[in-house]
Amino acid sequence: MIERRYVDALIVGGGPAGLAAATGLWYSGIRDILIVEREKHLGGILRQCIHDGFGLTQLGVTLSGPEYAQHYVDDVERMEIPYITNATVLSVTPSRVVTVVSRDGLVEYEAKAVILTMGCRERTRGALAIPGERPTGVFTAGVAQAYINLYNRMPAREVIILGSGDIGMIMARRLTLEGAHVQGVFEVMPYAAGLPRNVEQCLNDYNIPLYLSRTATKIHGSGRVTGVTISEVDAHGKPIPGTEKEYACDTVILSVGLIPENELSLDAGVELDPHTRGAFVDEHYMTGVEGVFAAGNVLHVHDLVDYVSLEAERLAMSAAAYIKDGSLPACPLAVECGENVGHVIPQRVSGTSGFQLSLRVRGPLRSCTIKVTQDGREVFSHKMRKAIPAEMIRLEIPAAGLSASGDLMVEAMGQVEDGGASGAAGSADCGAVGSGDSGAAGSGDSGAAGSADYAPEGR
Amino acid sequence: MKKTYDVIIIGAGVVGSAMARELSRYKLDIAVLEKNLDVCFETSSRNTGVCHGGFAYDPGSLKARLCVEGNRMMGQLSEELGFSFKRCGKVLVGNTDEEYEQLLRVMAQGEVNGATGLRMIDEEELHRLVPAVKGKFALLSENSGILDPFMFTIALAENAAHNGAEYFFDSEVTDIRREEDGTWTIVTVHGLFRSRWVVNAAGLGCGKVSDMLGLTGYRIIGSKDDYIILDRRLGRLVPMPIYTVPSNTYMGIHVTITTDGNVLLGPTAEETDDLSYYGVEQKNLDYLYEEAVKIWPHVERSDYIRTYSGILPKWVDENGQIQDFKIEIVDNVAPNAVNLVGIESPGLTASVAIARYAISMMLEREKFEEDLSFDPIRKPIPRFEQLCPAEQAALIEENPDYGEIVCRCEKVTRAEILQAIHNPLGCATMASVKYRTRSMMRRCQGGYCQMRISQMLEEETGQSETELVYMRKDGHPFFGKVREEEGWDPGAGAAAGNASGAESASAAGCSSGAESASAAGCSSGAGSSVTGKEVAK
Repeated sequence: MIERRYVDALIVGGGPAGLAAATGLWYSGIRDILIVEREKHLGGILRQCIHDGFGLTQLGVTLSGPEYAQHYVDDVERMEIPYITNATVLSVTPSRVVTVVSRDGLVEYEAKAVILTMGCRERTRGALAIPGERPTGVFTAGVAQAYINLYNRMPAREVIILGSGDIGMIMARRLTLEGAHVQGVFEVMPYAAGLPRNVEQCLNDYNIPLYLSRTATKIHGSGRVTGVTISEVDAHGKPIPGTEKEYACDTVILSVGLIPENELSLDAGVELDPHTRGAFVDEHYMTGVEGVFAAGNVLHVHDLVDYVSLEAERLAMSAAAYIKDGSLPACPLAVECGENVGHVIPQRVSGTSGFQLSLRVRGPLRSCTIKVTQDGREVFSHKMRKAIPAEMIRLEIPAAGLSASGDLMVEAMGQVEDGGASGAAGSADCGAVGSGDSGAAGSGDSGAAGSADYAPEGR
Repeated sequence: MKKTYDVIIIGAGVVGSAMARELSRYKLDIAVLEKNLDVCFETSSRNTGVCHGGFAYDPGSLKARLCVEGNRMMGQLSEELGFSFKRCGKVLVGNTDEEYEQLLRVMAQGEVNGATGLRMIDEEELHRLVPAVKGKFALLSENSGILDPFMFTIALAENAAHNGAEYFFDSEVTDIRREEDGTWTIVTVHGLFRSRWVVNAAGLGCGKVSDMLGLTGYRIIGSKDDYIILDRRLGRLVPMPIYTVPSNTYMGIHVTITTDGNVLLGPTAEETDDLSYYGVEQKNLDYLYEEAVKIWPHVERSDYIRTYSGILPKWVDENGQIQDFKIEIVDNVAPNAVNLVGIESPGLTASVAIARYAISMMLEREKFEEDLSFDPIRKPIPRFEQLCPAEQAALIEENPDYGEIVCRCEKVTRAEILQAIHNPLGCATMASVKYRTRSMMRRCQGGYCQMRISQMLEEETGQSETELVYMRKDGHPFFGKVREEEGWDPGAGAAAGNASGAESASAAGCSSGAESASAAGCSSGAGSSVTGKEVAK
């Protein structure tokens, strides 16, 4: 017989989102919590993010990933919030029965609220279908990071990096510090995918060139990688014949986007937004399935871990209310993506209270105005000197001005940048979001901003 | 040279493995020589895994006869050897009058070949069977099916080893000599072997080995096939393989399904002289997409998991005309040598039938004594993911390693990985674990589990990190350790505190200091498995 237990809140994943959700619930008076973490330790992907830059927004200091995680782990310990490690969630049902497996066996937890905080995974070479052979030596940036930082294994010597997501740039620096030679970072878009500060601190400071509007058109090597062919791409991201250039190398590192890890969410019947590849949620971070909530990179890929924590804390407040009251105010109004807007969170709101809007722009914009309208009527606007896809934009939309009927539309108006490196490479100041970056959440790759849009899938 | 084997088989693909397994029914000393580091690293695994019905081959050919025979025995083989096989049927879909006529010809040919369960179906029945397909009618082959080509080959080989056959990997054959006493000396890159019989089951190398045996003159060309693998999400939309109407020489692009539910698009079928280049071409990927959506409009690029390529060895005559399988013993040139040439599709389906046919030729020349202790059964590694919760719970109770998920996508447990590593053939590569367990095969492509698997492989086999290979001999994932310092071995679980300690050491010497801030205080909570509150009780 499978043992059945009951819990108020079951949190799937003990990374930054799960930890912040747990402490948030505790502050809201919920005590009957269980965090389920598949690794031996809490902390999630932060454990391998040993660079600094985490915590500036949330904690007012700059920390490494493990330190940032430890801050929350200490809270969890102090609050005596229950957690289990080395335990994997096998399934989540729409009626919130969560099956957990560990060396101790199978247990089914029936939860009043299930909180999905599984983070994201990296887009792979296979998903991009990069032509050529399949030698050893093609790693996603996060895998290379884990090998070096957690497993004491050196996977690279002579390196080409494809994609300028944050983690790719962070690994460019990390590999250089460990004695590998990084020949360059090649980005298919005409601007860097990751944060400006990483271009500065991880590439420019180490004389690692960033080549824009380029893509890999062939990988060579039968055993280990021997080289990669790089082509320039046109305005549609298509390789331009005749521009092929071959680079000899033994390693290809991919930083080409992150994808929210939603296999369990799909099990539970959660509907996903094709823009974010995370759940559709309302302003309470509740998914389309009653009592199932999501926040952090499983919902949409963030640029900074601090915002992951903040989002999970907001989730915790509403999840606590749901656990206590058994329901939350209805959210019948849709929030739609308008011009230049890649995605929005939440996708549904009540119209009766304020909410936090998160979004990313589709491409770099100068003199940008983010405008929220309801039935054509402007309810909010926010001006920014500049907006780039690498940075998530978070705005507090006040209740005043909102109406309880009529869908909302979010648009980003501004001067479209016509490619060129200037966009991302130069300034560290990018408007509203603030500057504490580089701690890019999770495996840190905001390339994901574009996970769906930027990758050269259209080829 | 230690001993004289009764039979040495060159090549551990599906045919070599079938030969080894079927010969192990007799009291024979058998060795299998393979140039790769495991079985099934070439053509035997690089295909669609379709179990063919036998209608597509010229009547009277070995291809037709052995395919039909092989198809008939697949159910029993699957039960004995514990690999996945589904007799799910297959449709050849058409739209025009000419295609209808062609399908009728194919059906008639199939009936002559002895294939059963063939019938034309109309649009309504087609869409009832395969709702997602585009087409007006189809030839349904009820007895076609799908099998797991990796596990089929591995199971044959493991069962052969279980019954006494010896496997030598990394043993490419460079020369074969016939000695005066009538035995064969087989020269490999790692030493000499002697045997009374030799079997050329070298697949892509069949022409070379045939030449070494003195059976010259076979012209072998490669037919290179590129494929795209799609996510399992789409599997339910392909209940059986979907083919277009075949021409005489090419089966066309098809949309097939693996026994694990992944959808495959392919093949491209291009002639090649390079029998070892497995690169996939962009133009072929584009072509596969364009052709596949014509019959099955559900292809989304976001469902791509991986691409791969395989090469079929085709024996052709001087005009380039593709020939039948050649299965021969030429007594006056190479006595006691079984020569298998041009074993291409349907070689996977026909493999055991080929082996039995070849062995019957051997038996005409020498009486082998049956080994009454032959055990036809090979027990598969229980797949945790495929069990019901009660069975899963029971397994964990018996062996807690079943409670530790290593590969999250396929829910492969530590127990399965360990059994794969300690398989009867030995395990030298990460790919050997992958093919036996399906770890690293799904959407994240090992993004989560490959570190754990490489670590387990090092621990269990005693290989150092620089000896470890992914699949091919020179395919080493690591150049060494990052730090050689005493006392720092992340070992069990790669604790966060250790890692940051290492980082601060590295940053000390560099100018930026960008990564130095990490050492302090970040490991503590890490130690315990259950905290403060008693949870798990």
